[in-house]
Order: sequence, then C-alpha cells, then structure tokens
Amino acid sequence: MTNGAATARLATRLSLFLLLAPAVLWLSALILIPHMDLALLSFRERIGPRQYSLSVAQYRTFFIEPLYWHIFVRTAVMSLVATALTLLLAFPVAWIIAKVLSGRASSLLFVICLIPFWISETVRTLGWMILLRESGVLPHFLVRLGMTEVPIEMLYHDATILVGLVYTSLLFMVVPLVGSFESLDNSLIEAASDLGASNGAILTKIIIPHAAPGITAGCIVVFMLTLGNYLTPTLLGGKNSQWFTEQIYTQFITRFNWEQGAALGFLLLALSTLLVWAGLKLSGQRFADVMRRA
Amino acid sequence: MNATPVAATHDLEIRSLVKRFGAYTAVDQLSVAVPRGQFFSILGPSGCGKTTLLRMIAGFIAADSGEIEIGGVNMRGVAPNRRPVNMVFQQLALFPMMSVANNVAFGLARRGMARGERQHRAEAMLERVGLGGSGHKRVDEMSGGQRQRVAIARSLVLEPALLLLDEPLGALDLKLREHMKVELKQLQAAFGTTFVYITHDQSEALVLSDQVAVMHQGRFEQVGTPQQLYYAPKTPFVAGFVGNNNPVHGHVLSCDQHTVTLQSASGWTVHGRSIQSLAIGSAATIFIRPEAVVLARSAADLPSAWPAHKATVDSLLFDGANSAVLVTEQNGHTLRLALPQTGAFADLRPGEPLCFAFDPAQAVCFSAAHD
Amino acid sequence: MIPSLPHSGWSSALTRLYLVAFLIFLFLPLVTVALFAFNDAPYPAPPWHGFTLDWFFGSVEHRRTGLFSDAELLGSLGTSVLVAVWVTTLSVLIGLCNAFLMERFEFRGKGLLAVCMLVPLVIPGVILGISILAFASRLAEFFNDYMGLELDFLRPGLPLVVLGQFSYIAAITTLTISARLRRFDRTLEEAALNLGASRWATLQTIILPYLKPALIGSAAVSFLMSFENFNTTLMLVGANSPLTIMMYGRMREGATPVLNAVSLFLMLASAILALTLMRRTQRRGPPA
Repeated sequence: MTNGAATARLATRLSLFLLLAPAVLWLSALILIPHMDLALLSFRERIGPRQYSLSVAQYRTFFIEPLYWHIFVRTAVMSLVATALTLLLAFPVAWIIAKVLSGRASSLLFVICLIPFWISETVRTLGWMILLRESGVLPHFLVRLGMTEVPIEMLYHDATILVGLVYTSLLFMVVPLVGSFESLDNSLIEAASDLGASNGAILTKIIIPHAAPGITAGCIVVFMLTLGNYLTPTLLGGKNSQWFTEQIYTQFITRFNWEQGAALGFLLLALSTLLVWAGLKLSGQRFADVMRRA
Repeated sequence: MNATPVAATHDLEIRSLVKRFGAYTAVDQLSVAVPRGQFFSILGPSGCGKTTLLRMIAGFIAADSGEIEIGGVNMRGVAPNRRPVNMVFQQLALFPMMSVANNVAFGLARRGMARGERQHRAEAMLERVGLGGSGHKRVDEMSGGQRQRVAIARSLVLEPALLLLDEPLGALDLKLREHMKVELKQLQAAFGTTFVYITHDQSEALVLSDQVAVMHQGRFEQVGTPQQLYYAPKTPFVAGFVGNNNPVHGHVLSCDQHTVTLQSASGWTVHGRSIQSLAIGSAATIFIRPEAVVLARSAADLPSAWPAHKATVDSLLFDGANSAVLVTEQNGHTLRLALPQTGAFADLRPGEPLCFAFDPAQAVCFSAAHD
Repeated sequence: MIPSLPHSGWSSALTRLYLVAFLIFLFLPLVTVALFAFNDAPYPAPPWHGFTLDWFFGSVEHRRTGLFSDAELLGSLGTSVLVAVWVTTLSVLIGLCNAFLMERFEFRGKGLLAVCMLVPLVIPGVILGISILAFASRLAEFFNDYMGLELDFLRPGLPLVVLGQFSYIAAITTLTISARLRRFDRTLEEAALNLGASRWATLQTIILPYLKPALIGSAAVSFLMSFENFNTTLMLVGANSPLTIMMYGRMREGATPVLNAVSLFLMLASAILALTLMRRTQRRGPPA
C-alpha cells in the first residue's frame, strides 16, 4: 500500500497503545495485582519473625472458630433481609414515579427521592442516631405521649441496623426500578385488564416479568453494598452489630493480623460473588447488562 | 499525477475502480467521467454499491484498486479532510451543538479564516439559499427543508470542485420532497457546482439530472440523459428499473433490422423493436411501457398500423394522473396499462373486455441471455 | 395500577398515605440533623433549649467550638475536597480515555477488558481498601529492604486514599462517558472531516462538546462519591482524616452539635451542586 496508509495504520496502533496503557495500569496495579497479593497473603502463616510458610491456617481458623462463622452467616442473612425490605419499600414508590404520576409531578418526586443520597451516609446515620438513641428524639416523644415510662434505647438493635441499611440502599433500588417500569408500555396493562386480569394477575404476569432485569439489578447492587457496609452497622448497631467487615477491620487495623484479615476479606468477596452469581443465574441475566442498568 | 489541473474539463474522473468486502464486490471495475458543472446522478437499488462509491470519492473508504481524480488531481492517499469535495449526508449530519451560522462557518474556521470574515461569508451564503437572518438559530429550530438548505450551504460555502449528495431527500415527506427537488435543481444551476447525487428514487434522478448512471451490482449499466435511459434503455435492467415496464418473455419467431416478433409460452405473439440480432427460437424479453399503450373498447378504434390485442379488465388503480388498469391479456398475461388523463376510461369495470395496441418501435426487446 | 384503569377511592387514599409515610421516612433524619444544629444545648438531643448559632460561630473561649473555629473539622473538610479534586480529575480523564478505547478500537481481549472494567464495582469497598493497603505496604517494604528507599506515598495516607477511591470511581466514569460516546452519531464526525477538519479539530469542536454533559455529570458524581466514601478510605487513611472519617470518630465518642452544623453545611453544598446541574440540563434540553 501507499506510504500514507502505512502511516495511518501506525498512528492507529500508537493511539490504541496510548489509550490501552492507562486502562491496563488502572486494572492491574489497583485491582488485579493487589487482589492476587491479598490471596497470597491469606495463604501464608507466620512461623517466626519475618518467616512465613504456605498454609491454609487462616481459613481453618475461620471454619473452627464459631464466632467468625456466626458473624459471617448473620451478615449474609441480614443483608438478604435488608435487600428484600428495600425492594418492598422501593417498589410502590418507583411505580408511582413511573406510572401513576406524570410530567412535572413525576420528575419532582423522583428528584425528591434522590436528594437524601446527595448527602453523605455519615450525615444520614447521624440523623438516625439523634432520632433513636436513649436520649434521642423518638424516645423523648414516646415518653411525652405517655407510651413509655422512661426513654427506651432504640439504637443497637438488629431492627435499627436494618432500618439504617434499607434507608441507605433505597436509591440503588428506586433508580433501576423506575427505569424498567418506564419502559413498560401502558397498553400492555390495559390489554391485560381488558382481557379480565385482576390487579394481582397484572402484577405477577405482566409487571414483574417485565421489570425482572431492573429488579435483579437493584437487588444485586443493594445486596453488595449492604454486605460491604461498615458505617451503618457499626454506628447503629454499636457493639451488637457483629458485622463481617468489622472483623476484617479489626484483624487488619487493630490486631495487625493481616494474614487473617486477608482470609476474611476473601471469604467476604467469595460470598458476595457467589450471591451475585446466583442472582444472575436465577434471573438469567448477563453481568454486563445488569451493571449498565444499575 | 498524470493530469494537470488546468487542462481538466472533468471535475470527477474514475478509472477501473474496485472495492471488495470479503467475497462481495461492491464496486466492480467502474469507470466514469463527469464533466464540469453537471448534475450527475447515480441511480440504483439499495445494495448496488452506490453508497460505497460515494464514500470512496469522499475518502471515507479506500479503494482496492483503480483511480479517482477530482478536478484533475489524483486522490490516492489523500485524507478525506484534504479533498476538494464536500458532502451532503443522508441524515444531513448538522452539528446540533452549534448555531446554524457556526455550522456554515465550520469549514471556513478549519481553514483558519478570521472570525469576522467567516461570519460574513456564512451569512452571505445563508442569504443565497434563502435563509438570511436565521444564522443565530439552533439546528433543531429549523424545519426539514431549511435544514436541507443549511447542509447544502455548509458545503457550498467552501466552493468545492464537487458536491456529493447522499440521498438527501430520503428523510423528507412526499410534499416537501417534491418541493426540494425543484429547489435543488435551481441551486445547482445558480452555483454551477458539479453535483454528484445518489438516489434509489428514479423520479428524483430523472427530474434533476443532466446525466444519470444506472448502477447495478457494482457496475454502471448505462450512463446517459434521462431521455436516453427512458426511451432507449441498453440493458433489460435499465428497461425494468427506469420507469414502469411490462416484461413479456418468449422465444423469437422472426427478427429483422427493425422488428422482433416474439411468442410467449402461452402463445401470445408480440412485436418489439430490435436492437440486436437475435437467433430464431432463442429466448428474449419485450418490455411494454404502460404509457406507450393506446386503449379502446373495440379493435376498430385502435391505430390500424399497430397490432391489436384483446384483454379483460382485472382492476382499476386510480391514482390521479398516474391512474392505471390491470388487465389479463387473452393468453393469460397480466399487464399494467396507463389510463389516458382525459378520464375516458374512468368507468371501466372489472370483467369488461378491452382492446389495446402499441407501437412496436416503443417496445424494446432484449435477448434473455443478457441477464 | 395506572390512571387509565378504574380504581377505587380508598386505593388512591392508600397511595397518598404511603407516599406521605415514605417521604417522612426519607427526610426525618435529615431534618433532625439540620434542626439540632441550632439547639442551644451541648448535645444534639431533645428537649429544645432555644435557638443559637453557637455551633457555627462559637469560639473556644466561648466554651462552644463552632464549625468555623474548629480547626480540626475545617482541616478535614479541606482534606476531603483535596482528595475529591484529585479523584475527580483522574477518574474523568481515565473515563474519557477508556470510552474512546472501548468505543473506537477493536483489539484482542476487548470483551475481557470490558468485563474487568466492571469488576471494581462489585468488590466491597473494604476489600478494595485492604488489598491496596497490603500491596502498597509490600511494595514499600520491598523498596526499603532491597533499595533502601523510603517511599512515603505507599504508606497509609492521602495518596493511597486517592488511589483507593479512584480504583472504583474510574469504573463509574468509564460507564457514563462510554454510554454517551456510544450514542454519538459517527456521521457528524465524517461531516466534520468532509468539511476539512483535522482529526484533532474534530475531537475539539464536535466530539468533546457532545460529551460535555457526560463529562460534567460524571465529574459531579465522582466528586460526590469521593467526598462520601467511607469504606475504602477507612482502610487507607493516615494522619490526615477526610471529613467522613473525622465525623465517624466523633460520632462514636458522642459529639457536640458542631457535627450537625457541618452536616447542614454539606447538605447546602450538595443542594447547590444538584440544583446547578439540574438547571443546566433543563436549559440545554434533554441530551441529544
């Protein structure tokens, strides 16, 4: 070919490499290699000062120490419950935004729903603490209303943790739900109703199948965020929170037992990946599509 | 460079151009020369390779072999942004992030022209296309026809040797399309720029062009004036594609210098114009134009010089000036025949008998082996 | 169901009730935080003791350290802004590069790379934090042991915080900017070339202006996510705490309403940012 074409091809290759470099650097130096290193870390055991050997001791500790097990399962179950509650709470709001209201009212409600999430989770949690602690607003009002004799402690319960988690996760459920409801053609619902379907039938036969991708996306994201949350469980649950991320923090930062911390970290990652994978399998969706939706 | 720009009388010259996509040949050994100042159309069905050809001229696709010369300068290895051609895109591709005036001034700005000068020129150009004072508007505030003119102004302001138009009327509705046809023709006459226009719409090509090339399977079947294509098609494809035609297949009964006589499989004997010598008994096709036919209720009313044929009315296709009647010729051939605009046969009913005749000189005959 | 279907009166009453309850749930914590920034009491708790601006303007001598004289808090606010500016700049730049890489080039392993770019979003923030912490420390030890170099930026501190947040925020900017670039009409680019623009001029005059809403939007989201980030930051933080970490520490100890004051300040800042962005998109109309 001519000189010009060869130069052009060279320029294309050069720009490809220039664009590829930052992406590869980002993913390898900050994601891939650190995680491989973390994996190596989790598979070694300290046998003397600055002396280590390959072992599965860290993982064995996890399985024979009932405390770890207990917290691990508890975190997973609480996260599942929080995800389900978030879905229940977000579903009607998303439906109202997408289908019941229209025009300005709809976008106004949508924006109102998003506002709290422009504000730091720390601030939101501070609000719940002021509301719920023994000297807080709600116990104060309960006494004033004569419903309780003395202020009761509303913090540090599992229910409190769930309220905080649901509150924090709402946005990540509402947004994909609104998206998938909006893409549902109203005439499908009208047709179903015209053909004699009850509201329940419309919900289970038309709406939920149509919104399944959005529901999956929302659930997966909420579950991941809840599982990996640290701030809300520790502040609202206090000493009773028993959240798994807290164990990782303790091993890494407080006890400086990095090997154990790395193993726990990997177990959390495995749990998260497993449930995300199961969610995708159950709903028959592709990872990339779900992430784009979210 | 084998031609000096000064001596060139052709704004576009293409020699033996080839482009293949895998096993598919989009443009096949194509050669053509377009004289300066002409409105030149390339007419063909979708997939005939006309878009590929246009994009090769613009430089967006590199040819596999062959030469393209624009204004006498060979374009091999010349990047699209350095070619003296501009293009009006199918969807116009006006820049939505800029005002109308900035769209028109865009090319001038790329040439490094000073702001004041280019704004002045853009405004003058908008004036010439009848959009004076609209420069400050956003692109989406313009109507379909106005956008069309902006797209043309944006190209013509650069005074290109060649303006390429890629089915620019395709996106418009019927009324506006008819109107824009006239406008395009007037614009081309006013500017004198060579236009290369591609379309699949034969009416656009016939109305607008000085010359039309009918393209089929990567080749030009015929290049000529609209009249030549219509009255003297050189290939069966052109005969079938330009205007309406009723093909009648059969074998040759006799053939002399002027007339061919054909008999169809069902036994209908038809006469047509001979343009090549055909062996007796060989397969051939005669094309009968609906509008070349004269209708009558009885054979006596038909011109006596022409052979008369009998038929039965199937249905009436009323479409104002383009009204036609579908008939079954007595040997079973279905034909579409034009109705005279006098309204003389507006009361035809299905099942009625009808006679028709046509001048064999107007019914061109091709050997079936040609296909 | 939907307005076009018949519905009974009590179902629309129920809808209304639900909405009111939902909005109360949504805003109760925020209103509470804002209200107690003005309570004239040493702790953010009822009963109401009257209105004061002490928690904004109080000074140490006054025995109530307000937001504007709390050097520690203001310092952490500055740290947060500094980190967020870095994270935003880096993330938007790499997002732009990645968008062009994924939308304009074909190469082997592209599909794999596309999936890899989503992976940071599904790794819990705590684990991103510890993996980067552990890897950076190992690198630091390696350089120390074998080359005698003491590389401070590999120890817990702001550079690591920036890298940690960047590692997943980059995935978000990549998604946003790629999505916009994917919708770009390539014939606009051809039209620009056809009108004599060079590749560089086309990028500047056509493509970047087209991407501008996505660039601004992803910058705002990056800034906010960096500012709000807690999990990853917690693991990587050194001596200088960003605001979230500082607030967390004080909340565990039981803080004065100065935290409410800084929270209110954040709410106002977020609201202003959100409103500016919304007005921008409204004025420009929906993105093309």
